[in-house]
Amino acid sequence: MIFKKDIGLLVLILVVGTVVAIINPRFLLIGNISNTANQVGLFGILAIAQAFVILTGGIELSVGAIVALLGVVFIDLIVNLNVHWVLAVMIVVGAGMLMGLIHGVLVAKVGMQPFVVTLCALLIYRGTARYYTEDATVGFGFGASFPTLEWLTAGRSELFGPLARLIGYDGPTIAVPHTLIALAIVTILAGVVLHRSVLGRYLFAIGKNEEAARYSGIATSRITMVAYVICCGLAALDAIVLAMYTRSIAPAVHGNFYELYAIAAAVLGGFSLRGGEGSIVGVVLGTILLQVLQNLVNLLGIPSSLNFAVMGSVILVGVLADQQFTRYRKRSLAQASRLRGDSSIAARAAAARAPDPSESVPRHGA
Amino acid sequence: MTDPFLELIGIRKSYPGVVALNAVSLSVCPGEVIGLVGENGAGKSTLMKVLGGVVAPEAGVIRTDGVERQALTVHDAMAAGIAFVHQELNLFENLDVAANVFIGREMLTGGFMKLVDTRALQRRVQPFLRRLGCDFAADVLVETLSLAQRQLVEIVKALSREARLVIMDEPTSSLTLTETERLLSVVAALKADGVSTIFISHRLGEVERCADRVVVLRDGSVAGELSREQVNHAAMIRLMVGRELKGTYTPPANAPSGEALEIRDARTLTFPDQTVNLSVRQGEILGLAGLVGSGRTELARALFGIDRLLGGTVRVAGAPLASGRPRSAIEQGLYLVPEDRKRSGLLLDVSVAQNISLPNLRAYAPGMLVAVGAERRNAERQKNSLGIRVPDVCTAAGVLSGGNQQKVVLAKWLSMRPRVIVLDEPTRGIDVGSKNDIYVLLRDLADAGVAILMISSDMEEVIGVCDRIAVMHEGGISGILDRPAFSEHNVLRLAVGARLPEPASQNGS
Repeated sequence: MIFKKDIGLLVLILVVGTVVAIINPRFLLIGNISNTANQVGLFGILAIAQAFVILTGGIELSVGAIVALLGVVFIDLIVNLNVHWVLAVMIVVGAGMLMGLIHGVLVAKVGMQPFVVTLCALLIYRGTARYYTEDATVGFGFGASFPTLEWLTAGRSELFGPLARLIGYDGPTIAVPHTLIALAIVTILAGVVLHRSVLGRYLFAIGKNEEAARYSGIATSRITMVAYVICCGLAALDAIVLAMYTRSIAPAVHGNFYELYAIAAAVLGGFSLRGGEGSIVGVVLGTILLQVLQNLVNLLGIPSSLNFAVMGSVILVGVLADQQFTRYRKRSLAQASRLRGDSSIAARAAAARAPDPSESVPRHGA
Repeated sequence: MTDPFLELIGIRKSYPGVVALNAVSLSVCPGEVIGLVGENGAGKSTLMKVLGGVVAPEAGVIRTDGVERQALTVHDAMAAGIAFVHQELNLFENLDVAANVFIGREMLTGGFMKLVDTRALQRRVQPFLRRLGCDFAADVLVETLSLAQRQLVEIVKALSREARLVIMDEPTSSLTLTETERLLSVVAALKADGVSTIFISHRLGEVERCADRVVVLRDGSVAGELSREQVNHAAMIRLMVGRELKGTYTPPANAPSGEALEIRDARTLTFPDQTVNLSVRQGEILGLAGLVGSGRTELARALFGIDRLLGGTVRVAGAPLASGRPRSAIEQGLYLVPEDRKRSGLLLDVSVAQNISLPNLRAYAPGMLVAVGAERRNAERQKNSLGIRVPDVCTAAGVLSGGNQQKVVLAKWLSMRPRVIVLDEPTRGIDVGSKNDIYVLLRDLADAGVAILMISSDMEEVIGVCDRIAVMHEGGISGILDRPAFSEHNVLRLAVGARLPEPASQNGS
């Protein structure tokens, strides 16, 4: 599903990309595009994970710490404990889903605030990861080799090669990183789930108006828990891919701030932190924009210390512009209906503003 | 008594479709206790809003201390010494009593740092607490106080502003008997100090005890005034009713039979000591009347499973419902049209079609995915059969008028297989035309074998539409009326907890 907001974001990405390409043509080098695509794949999965929870009006701050903890666990499993990597993937993803279940129970059943629950989870997982490795960096030793796993997670394929040969082009083509392919698969699945399935409808309904959802017989707390399970499960999957990408993990810093990148991408992509709004395509576009910005800082010779500042400013301006635009559109819509003489909408807007005679007596608090 | 310091003369206020107040006059003398009674929707709240300066009347004069005004502002009302003690109290639970009383006008100390002079606050509050005989100190947190004590804090707040008129809106609705006694003695203490009170209450017994004069509102007009000697239950009820009710009743096509909904010994959280026994037959419309706060909405929520039942059982067509699980109610065919459709009934910025399919979404998703076509076709069907006025079922539900929104809520349930439909104030805030549509629809449903339980505070509706009326009072069923015994008078008597004079027509407990 593609929304108007997504098109606006796409235009913004193209404009930024064009400007960067004009200033520094190296932006369009095949290697650069391929690397940026890889980053998009790595961070996009986390952003989609985050989107599921944000949709319900919650937030998941622990995804970065999950990436660190499950990353060291995964490496430990396959390198030191000699667990077959397929089994290790299942264990790690299962562990992630269990973490999500715990967060979900605390939020939906116990009634704790998502921010508090996941903040504590962040601290616990980060601390556990450091303790687990005694604060040492873990990685693959010499000789440790998992060809299939490495090809799957960190490999690249010249998917466009055959196509290029077909039109008689003989030069190098973009090697599509497999992380991007993974993101594409996750995007399609998540998109179908969120925008077409029963579960997706329920998630949107809970985010928009939890009480009305309950009055429609939706098991709101169970659905909320499912959102956390999906989120942390996807985060676990990303933990594996990231571990294979970096090949060594310093548990104190690995995955730092990743939850914030994910939240930023979701917000850029049109998700409201109040819940009930947003599209999966938007999240992916948000991730792309963030990565293009990172790339821009490098290519334009902006001091890399300003990285966060650039990102923050763009998000702020983007969300502000979107808000103003929405407000403007609403106003012109109301105006149009008034001009058309369509009494219904305008009159109702006026009636909604009139005080309701059934309300109670005025408040005199202050 | 001395001259009135506050006079309302010929006040008129209308809202689209309703005249809330029509030529209402009211005067208040110093130290006078005025009882203000009337049915739900008689105009009491609007009148109080006029006094509070929140609503400006369209016509009439307000005279305070000889100054005539068209309307009061909130500031004028305060300056004139008018203070409110609300049904839902406006206190800051995290602050202590003294801070609440002087909120926004704290005494300061410490020069430019503007620190709050806590000790001065407490010194000032203490005498008021003593005067009202409060059993708590000025420095306790409000969250530790009972509801009755909080009310006293509100009264102290009013007194500290040198209030000359304290308006109490249903002050005793959640108080115990002893707390009520104390409140009445506080009213007497205020009176002794020359402070007047307007005492709004559905509990006629209390009004009878404390009021010097009773003003009865009916349909936005003053139906009559009773002086101290004339005040009694019968006289008040006589003035509250006496409206011409149009005969719109359509009898059921075939005699109701078989118990569709059976409530046995049900207890809800709000009235844990009261049990409700009630049954609704297939094909009948049972009205559930009662005053605001009599526990009807709580009962409806518990039936549908939004809240847990504290005890008792609910059966639909003989099968018991699991308490606290709306899904269980839905599976058995018991549906609820909630009181607040904007908050609980609809997703306002979601399309009409998606709202209608929400409770039964799985039926539209044979695989895992929602079949949007089937969803739309059903919405179109409901739109045509219920006459929902919307150009396109993809329109957001929030854009529709109240009546059409209510039809969307009904359409949610009618696309499924209803056995029992509970409606909580289904026509509140809805225009006359849509109201009628809904009545016709309810009768058609009943004739199709559905049992309907309709909570309503609209007397005309209850008497004009229902086959039987159950009346609630303080969480229990105070009586059930059959059509021959239908009268506004009888319903009201049961609603205020009085017995009916002719027990023959009363077959409830």
